[in-house]
Amino acid sequence: MMILAIVLIPALAGLTSFVTRSNYARRTLLIAAAIVHSVFTATMWFWSPDPIMDGWLQLDALGLVFLSVVSCLFLAAAIYAVSYLNREQSGVRPDFEESVLFVNEPEAIFVGCLLLFLSMMSLVTLSHNFGLMWVAVEATTLSSAPLIYFHRHHRSLEATWKYLMICSVGIALALLGTFFLAYAASGNQATEVPLVLGELIANSLSLQIPWLKVAFLFMLVGYGTKMGLATLHSWLPDSHSEAPSVVSALLSGALLNCAFLGILRMTQVLDAAGSGDFARSLLLVFGLLSVIFATVFIIGQLDYKRMLAYSSIEHMGIMAVGVGLGGIGSFGAMLHAVNHSLTKGMMFLVAGNILTRYRTKSTKLITGVLSDLPKSGVLWIAGLFAITGTPPFGLFQSELVIFRAALDSGQILVAVIILIALGIIFVGMSCIVLNMVFGSARTQAGGLIFKESLASVIPPAVLCAGVVVLGVYIPSALYELLLEAAKLLGGR
Amino acid sequence: MNDLISAIVVLIVITNFLLLGAGWLRASIRIVALQGFALGLLPLLVNQDGLTVRLAIIATLVITLKGIVFPRLLLRSLRELSSVRAITYYVGPMPSLLIGILVMSSSLWWGYVLPLPDQTGHRFAIPMVFFTIVTGLFLIVARRQALMQIIGYLTLENGIYAVGVFFAQSESMLIEIGILLDVFVGVFIMGIMVFHISREFDNIETGQLRTLRDWIKSRKELPSKDPQA
Repeated sequence: MMILAIVLIPALAGLTSFVTRSNYARRTLLIAAAIVHSVFTATMWFWSPDPIMDGWLQLDALGLVFLSVVSCLFLAAAIYAVSYLNREQSGVRPDFEESVLFVNEPEAIFVGCLLLFLSMMSLVTLSHNFGLMWVAVEATTLSSAPLIYFHRHHRSLEATWKYLMICSVGIALALLGTFFLAYAASGNQATEVPLVLGELIANSLSLQIPWLKVAFLFMLVGYGTKMGLATLHSWLPDSHSEAPSVVSALLSGALLNCAFLGILRMTQVLDAAGSGDFARSLLLVFGLLSVIFATVFIIGQLDYKRMLAYSSIEHMGIMAVGVGLGGIGSFGAMLHAVNHSLTKGMMFLVAGNILTRYRTKSTKLITGVLSDLPKSGVLWIAGLFAITGTPPFGLFQSELVIFRAALDSGQILVAVIILIALGIIFVGMSCIVLNMVFGSARTQAGGLIFKESLASVIPPAVLCAGVVVLGVYIPSALYELLLEAAKLLGGR
Repeated sequence: MNDLISAIVVLIVITNFLLLGAGWLRASIRIVALQGFALGLLPLLVNQDGLTVRLAIIATLVITLKGIVFPRLLLRSLRELSSVRAITYYVGPMPSLLIGILVMSSSLWWGYVLPLPDQTGHRFAIPMVFFTIVTGLFLIVARRQALMQIIGYLTLENGIYAVGVFFAQSESMLIEIGILLDVFVGVFIMGIMVFHISREFDNIETGQLRTLRDWIKSRKELPSKDPQA
């Protein structure tokens, strides 16, 4: 029941908000659904629910890690969204970049899609049936496309169209992979193995290995497109930079992880069938490629939301490398997923504050954030150091673990590449962010008078506090959970 | 029974070539509808257990959606664009057809070489549905209009669906309905986006969707955007 509730409550709330007239009621519903969702998720830490629907829906450690991340981030984003919607002007108005006229999407659609998005992401973390998981991942694409098109002008239209086409085609290939998996599971045997994770692992010896590998390849490409692995990432910077910041936070912090989960589930099956190394080596290659690509594009980036988007590609790459290395790398990747989501969510929310104040995404036109928006400025600097993996933030810890995994397994080249890339990214991002933060403020620069309301500062601040805490101390419950999740991935 | 399956596979191959050579949007929509209709019949024939309630429901759903609902949706958005009739190309119809022939022959070749499932007695059915997948992907990149990209996506989806019919016969009904629902909502949203593209630009060429770049655009436009300038 609990499992169903976690999917159905946001879905119902979403459908309700489509037909709710009053803005006030709708926003209350958004917050209420987010709180209920996180309370239910928190309950599952103490009491693990029984599988339902023949094991199609169940929660294991891996699912719980990702579900908790989604839930936390959504709660922060929901609170922030209320302040965001409050400060959005209504009616036809000129766009700040090119002065084209545009209107907002109706708020009912925006809030409704946000809640459906939450529901579908939760479904991804809960599904153990590969078919159901595919349905859920595609549904996240569909429910988030209208979110990107919140500001109805030609740039967001372009971003939405690319997102919709590239991800739909990518995920269609993952469906092809799912069918191959079904074939690998039915094959020559008289008995067929259902496409449920547990069953596949239990009957791993009767799977046909060649088809299993083909299935993995297609799923890697399919879900990898959605996860933003280079060279399949082309939709990602566009949609992250054009979507409202609160949506970018969710896309980057929650959605990419969900897509990663799709690949991880398949890795589990390959592991059980004894072909784990095949999966790991591919993850390693794609991961390194993503890190390198992101490094190239972060240097000299002129749009700070695009910079964050490329940084997401980088961190997804690091996670893929972590899992690819195996051993303690899997644990590092799990810890990294948690840290990255909190940090990136926080940075996108702060970017939203900066964007509202200065009305430009150009990194060259903004100076003096610290004196103009003191709280956001401090968080922006903290975010910089957190995301580049500086102590005492959590990402330092997780990157260190992954780095050690590389050394442990004798992959010196991997360690060197990552170290160099991280160094370059640190310099590149510092240049951009520090230039924005210091200097004299341009108060009359056509910007909006924007007072940092509590609702626009507290959510990112809480996320930031979370990353700091994880940097110095990992609570034992979380440690156990991450360890268990890493074990599922064949790590230790 | 087997003759019927062969007939449908041949029909699917023909629709692929028609799509590659088509010059009019309206015709393409009709062709992809025909293809969807043919696909809807496929599970009824391939499954050896004969007609079950599950198969009947799925076939009805597929035929209704792919044969009737999707074409209607697309034709309606085409009507909104009174000025757009002909397809515009990155790769014209003749080269497209040549590429189609190449892809089909290579599919036949690897269908001959690879150990494919033989339980249906249709060795070449699977290469042919792969040809459909490639056709879909090709249409997405080789045609300029957003509407044609949707048609390409539908063709791709048709091909993948057909692979599912041959490979994953025991897929649960709930999942199949879920997949169809996703595709339906997907096409619906894409149709809405086409409407917005046509309103924004007065046509549906995707070539104009290239404002978002990393460096080039921003550098050039920076000076004019400086609020202090």
